[in-house]
Amino acid sequence: MGVKLRTISLVCVLMVFWLLLSGHYTVFLITVGIICCTAVAYFMKSMDVLDEEAQSFHLLGRALIYWPWLLVEICKASIGVAKLILSPSLPISPTMRTVKASQKTALGVTLFANSITLTPGTIAVEREGDGILVHAVTKEGLDELDEGEMDRRATAFEGRA
Amino acid sequence: MELIINVLSWGFILAGSFFYVVGAIGLLRMPDVFTRMHAASTSDTTGAALLLIGMMLQAGVSLVLAKLMMLLFFILFTGPVATHALARAARYAEVEPVLANDGAKPKKVSTTKAKPSKAKAKAKPAKRKAKS
Amino acid sequence: MMFTIAAAAIIVAHICAVIRALKGPTVFDRVLAANTIGTAAIMLLAVMGFLAKRPEFLDIGLTYALLNLIGTLAVLKWFRYGDLAHGEEDERGDT
Repeated sequence: MGVKLRTISLVCVLMVFWLLLSGHYTVFLITVGIICCTAVAYFMKSMDVLDEEAQSFHLLGRALIYWPWLLVEICKASIGVAKLILSPSLPISPTMRTVKASQKTALGVTLFANSITLTPGTIAVEREGDGILVHAVTKEGLDELDEGEMDRRATAFEGRA
Repeated sequence: MELIINVLSWGFILAGSFFYVVGAIGLLRMPDVFTRMHAASTSDTTGAALLLIGMMLQAGVSLVLAKLMMLLFFILFTGPVATHALARAARYAEVEPVLANDGAKPKKVSTTKAKPSKAKAKAKPAKRKAKS
Repeated sequence: MMFTIAAAAIIVAHICAVIRALKGPTVFDRVLAANTIGTAAIMLLAVMGFLAKRPEFLDIGLTYALLNLIGTLAVLKWFRYGDLAHGEEDERGDT
């Protein structure tokens, strides 16, 4: 996708956003919306931030496989953390270790790290070499992450590696 | 049909409220910053998402539904960014004595497992200084 | 009724977060508590929109969701560099 096509698609996406937020569909407001969206797209183009990562539509298809799995993981992890918090003795064992990240692109690593942070009980702290430094509230949670199922699925989500 | 939707949204909202309160209790009980972040992410991610899904079921197909979905996406996308920034900032502050960041009650936690992480945290900034 | 329960739960979470923000002990605890208060405020706005039958509250919630992230990042940047205008190139070297 060239820069021109990306600018046009950005204007369209912003316009849909505007229409959803406004809820008033008069000629004046829609005209103002088109002017604002075009201006924002122009600013983004001249700031040179309109690259491939800004619009990753090619991931949408695989997201439908990845997100439901991630939701199930989040539910399981939440119940685990809730049990930890509610048990009177607070049986936590905070651990910090580097977990391998086999994604190739920056976007893939970001996806993986955000998935780690989104799951309660594990936080991605920093990129370290070809891994991610992870803090976990229990040692078991980190061991489960170390088995690498999330890593594999994030790599598959990233695709074209 | 209406009954099913009502029962479902009751379930989602009760579960969301439960996780929200549990996360808040964790925020008070946990011993240091990083563990508190885990508790906060329980309430911010799971609690908020479940509450929003419950509200979506009540909203029906309308502009409100679209706005709730947008809110859900915002929370799920910005939450990890804020948590990660917080964790990274807390880790870097450990080396600066002005912002020295120690667990409130480190004796209560099993410190044997936390020790290697501390050693690593100290070793890393030294390497960083040598590079720059 | 169900929104009343949700509102009560969120207010309880609010109170816990405020206690954590007051107790500290480090600045990061306070920032974390502020972030939690922000998310709870968004949820409270959404629930109040349903309770008062005024969906306009959702727009305020959406704006607040964006402000919450920027606010957290700005405060963290301030405490790391003591300066909000700190350039990106100064950070690139060590990542």
